[in-house]
Amino acid sequence: MRSWSILDLVNKQSSAQMLKITMTDWQPLWLSFRLASITTVILLAISLPLAYWLAYSRRRIKAVIEALISLPMVLPPSVLGFYLLVAFSPSHGLGMFLDKWLDIRLVFTFPGLVVASLFYSLPFMVNPLLSGFKSLPPALREASYTLGKSKLTTLIKILLPNIRSSLLTGIVLSFAHTIGEFGVVLMIGGNIPGQTRVASLAIFDEMESMNYSAANRYALILFLLSFIILAVVYLVNHYFSKPQPLT
Amino acid sequence: MTQPMIKFQADKTLLTSFGKQQLEIAFELEQGQLLTLYGASGAGKTTILRILSGLTEVRAGKIVVDGETWQDTQRRINVPTRRRSIGFVFQDFALFPNLSVKENLRYALQKGDDTRLMEELIELMELGPLQDVRPAFLSGGQQQRVALARAIIRKPKLLLLDEPLSALDDDMRRRLQDYIEKIRRHYELTTILVSHDLPEILRLSDEVIWLDRGKIRQQGPPGLVFPSHSLNPRIPGI
Repeated sequence: MRSWSILDLVNKQSSAQMLKITMTDWQPLWLSFRLASITTVILLAISLPLAYWLAYSRRRIKAVIEALISLPMVLPPSVLGFYLLVAFSPSHGLGMFLDKWLDIRLVFTFPGLVVASLFYSLPFMVNPLLSGFKSLPPALREASYTLGKSKLTTLIKILLPNIRSSLLTGIVLSFAHTIGEFGVVLMIGGNIPGQTRVASLAIFDEMESMNYSAANRYALILFLLSFIILAVVYLVNHYFSKPQPLT
Repeated sequence: MTQPMIKFQADKTLLTSFGKQQLEIAFELEQGQLLTLYGASGAGKTTILRILSGLTEVRAGKIVVDGETWQDTQRRINVPTRRRSIGFVFQDFALFPNLSVKENLRYALQKGDDTRLMEELIELMELGPLQDVRPAFLSGGQQQRVALARAIIRKPKLLLLDEPLSALDDDMRRRLQDYIEKIRRHYELTTILVSHDLPEILRLSDEVIWLDRGKIRQQGPPGLVFPSHSLNPRIPGI
C-alpha cells in the first residue's frame, strides 16, 4: 500500500520539472491561456443547464444550490484551495479513489488546476446566465410552447439568442477570472514550471527573485489582455443592446 | 343536437389583489364560435386561457377539445402545452425579438408544413413590406397582426386571445377587429377572447361569459348578457 503526503508529491514533481526551468518566458502565459480556455468551455457546458434549472425550477432547494455556487465569490481563495487540496490528496477519500481506481491525480497537475478553476469560476459563468434567463419575459418561453416547440428548441432558438450579452459576459468573466487566479492555483498546482506555473504565479516568483523587469512583462501583458477583453465585451454588449431593425 | 367542441371545467385557488379566491368555472363551446370572457381585473379571465393552454395548473378539472382529453385531474391526464392544438395571442404579443416578422411566422411551422399558409397570412394581414423587420421596430397594431398570424399558422383547434386589442387606438382597434373576424370566419376557428371593450364584445362574440371573482355571473349571447347596452354600449360592472 502506497503512502502519500502532499510534501512528497511537491518534491517529486518539482524536482522532475527543475530541469525544464529554461522554458521560454511565454510558457506561464500560454499555460494561463490554456487553463482559462479549457475551464471556460467546460463551465459553459455545465452552467447552461444549471442556470436554466435555477431560473425556472420551483424547487426550494435551489436557494441552497445558488448559495453554494456563489460561495467562491466571497470565500478567501485559500479556503477553497485548502479544501480542494484535502479532497484531491491521494491520502484522502476522493483523491485516493481517483488515484487508485482511475489513475487520475489532481494535486499538483494541470487537470487538477482545471477542476479547481471550475469550482472557483463557476459563479462568474452561472450568475450572468441566470440573470439573463430571469430578465426574459416568461411569455416568450410560453409563446414558444404554445407553438408546439419543445423546451430544448425553445432554449436554443429563442432563449439563448435573446441572452447573447449575458452569454458573452459569462464567457469573458470566467475566462478573465481564471486567468487572474492566484491562491487556488498556488495551493492546488504547487507552482510547477511548465505544468502548473501560470502567469499570475510567475509574476509572484519573479517578484520574489527581485527580477522586476520579468515580473513587469507578465503583469503588463495580463493588464493589457484584461483591458482589451473587457473593452471588447462592453463594445459588443453595447451593440447587442440596440435592437437591429432588419435581419 | 351537436356535440360541443370544448368542454371545460376547472377549480383553482387564485391569488388576487382581493386575497385568495376560488375559481370555479364550467362551460361548453361549439365549433367555430367566439366566446368572450368579460369581467373585472382578477376575475380569472386570463387564468382560464392559461389553464386551457396548459400554462397554469389546476387543483381539479377536465378539458376536452374535439374529443381529445387535454386535462383530467381524476385520471391524471395533463397534455403538455406543446401538444395542445392552440394559438395564443398574449396581451403583450410575446413576439420573439431575435427573429424577423417572417421568421416569427416560420418558427411556428412544423417540419414539412406547407409554407403557402404563411404566404397567405402575410398577404391577408398586409405584412408583406414588414417581412424582414424585427418586432422592436413595429407599431402596436403591426405587432398585433404578426402575433395573430403566428397564432393561426398552425391551424389550431382553439384560438385564445388575451385582450389583444387593449393597447390600440380606436381606429386601429376597429381595423384589427375586422382582421380577427375575417380570419376566424375564413379558417372556422373556435375562439376564446378576453375583452373589456363592450362594442368589441357585441361586434365579435357569439357567446359571453361575465365573470365575477372566479364565478360565472351571467352567460349567454351578448344581446342577452348586456341587453340595455346593445344599442348604447357602456362598460357595466367594471
